[in-house]
Amino acid sequence: MAQRCAIVGSGNIGTDLMYKMLRSDTLELVALVGIDPESDGLARAKDNGIEAPHSGPQWVLDNAADIDMVFDATSAYVHMRHYADYASAGITAIDLTPAARGPKVIPPVNLYEHLDAPNINMVTCGGQATTPMVYAIRRVIESLPYAEMVSTVASRSAGPGTRQNIDEFTKTTSTALREIGGATKSKAIIILNPAEPPILMRNTVFAGLPEGSDHEAVLDSVHEMVDEVARYVPGYRLKNPPVVETGPFFTPGGEVPHRAVVLLEVEGAGDYLPTYAGNLDIMTAAAMRVGEAIATAKSKVPA
Amino acid sequence: MTNSSVDYRLIDSTLRDGSHAISHQYDEDNVIAIVRGLSAAGVQVIEIAHGDGLGGSSFNYGFSKVDEKELIARACQEAGDSTIACLLLPGVGLADDLKDVKELGVGMARIATHCTEADISEQHIQMAKKLDMEAIGFLMMAHMNSPEGLVEQALLMQSYGADAIYIADSAGAMTTEDVQRRVSALVKALDIPLGVHAHNNLAMAVSNSIAAYEEGAANLDGTSAGLGAGAGNCPTEILAAVSNKYGIETGVDALKLMDVAEEVVRPIMPRQQVIDRAGLILGYAGVYGSFLLHAQKAAERYDVPQAEILMELGRRQVVGGQEDMIIDVALELARKHAEANE
Repeated sequence: MAQRCAIVGSGNIGTDLMYKMLRSDTLELVALVGIDPESDGLARAKDNGIEAPHSGPQWVLDNAADIDMVFDATSAYVHMRHYADYASAGITAIDLTPAARGPKVIPPVNLYEHLDAPNINMVTCGGQATTPMVYAIRRVIESLPYAEMVSTVASRSAGPGTRQNIDEFTKTTSTALREIGGATKSKAIIILNPAEPPILMRNTVFAGLPEGSDHEAVLDSVHEMVDEVARYVPGYRLKNPPVVETGPFFTPGGEVPHRAVVLLEVEGAGDYLPTYAGNLDIMTAAAMRVGEAIATAKSKVPA
Repeated sequence: MTNSSVDYRLIDSTLRDGSHAISHQYDEDNVIAIVRGLSAAGVQVIEIAHGDGLGGSSFNYGFSKVDEKELIARACQEAGDSTIACLLLPGVGLADDLKDVKELGVGMARIATHCTEADISEQHIQMAKKLDMEAIGFLMMAHMNSPEGLVEQALLMQSYGADAIYIADSAGAMTTEDVQRRVSALVKALDIPLGVHAHNNLAMAVSNSIAAYEEGAANLDGTSAGLGAGAGNCPTEILAAVSNKYGIETGVDALKLMDVAEEVVRPIMPRQQVIDRAGLILGYAGVYGSFLLHAQKAAERYDVPQAEILMELGRRQVVGGQEDMIIDVALELARKHAEANE
């Protein structure tokens, strides 16, 4: 049976997620919930025959009996206020804000570890784009003393939430590179680029390779992981083949003789936002992947 | 705060912007000698950090030889009457870094964003003010925005509590007229002082700085011997000497600054700060100055011309911080060259 879902937040992310969910067999969209009755997202929900209340998170709690899952596309502040209520109402929360109340999930790395958690955090767009690469490198070498990611997004695709809390992005992403990617030390950098026409989201991963690492295995593992991510984010691809460069490099995790450089691009699916907003698309696509995996797992458990 | 007996306040960035030119390899002895020299010459503000600001030490920008916070602590001990300043780029460094350097004795924070992205600086400017530091909003690559656009961005920073605004000609791409139009619009619109940070790629750094002063700029930047990103910065000692010629009071001793440049800074420079082809192309194509040495490395590594890399970066409208795109462009050019040779 399909899981009954509500999306809270009728901005860019919530509306994009709505279009993806309308195509799903395992997630049934019950409502797109906003706070502004005039919002474009709510109007679009109504056009698609979806209930579109503007009473905010309280609507979800008032209708808890008919909702299995809530996708929170509001802000960290709003999520912090309501996450405990969702949990006590028995609603699984997929958190697309940086609130980080529940375990962080990067689908191709740890999707199946947290399917029964009451609250799952989707990290950041940059974290979704780069943690799989760090993990792919880490799994074929003995240790990964230091990994670094650089995300560049089009200015137009960075909303006020990201702009006012840019430190949250770098801190949360950097933590994911260590906790989920497996790097000992890490750093995350985000750049906004105002070029017109807007650039596609770019992500670069640098990984320090200790003496004795098998470079071929590193490159093969990166290619495999790109294919894996592209299965649920079709616009995710290598801009150039991954390379291993010779140093030495004096990283915070110690000196390494080589580094791997992975240059990625994410083109959005264009569901609601223009295709340059790959940073938003990868978040909604990853959240869908998690929601559908939970739905599949639940359908296998006898009631 | 600005000393009322001078016509403009001079901020020296040898230990921050100059760091690019030596690939972030400053050690403690360099810091001691430079801070002592600048302070003795009467420089009011001395900026120190990784070239890309606090937290800049990375694969992308180059790792610091010595932890910047150790160097900053040393600079604060040697500062005498000078104020020690740090630069921070939101997205690279953290507001928390400001707490650390305040503890070390840093009195000024310059919060730098691309010239169209001022609204990512709010939490950092507010943190600097909360820590009781002088906060300066620093708009980089100012040639990429119009005078009106810069006014809009500067007003945002002013509304966050900035004590002054800077525009940085990070690519050394502005003509004197470009500077005059921007400075006069900003001085008219702002309630707080304006500063200009110039680079020398088009050999305009000193004259543009003087022009900025004449249009009402109250702060000017330099680095000793011009040490800095790209073809280098406005040389502090030349700016001081030229100011004296114009009868502009700087409060610094030009001869002592010449000694620092000649005896302390030139001996540690791996290359003299000249406007060679690559440096000129940066200014001509409007490319961020600190890309210079990274592009040189990538050119050697992938056997493609450095000038082609820089021109392509200009075409792509990359902004400060996107050093990873140098590798991207070098790989693409290498592929194109290989295909052409087949």
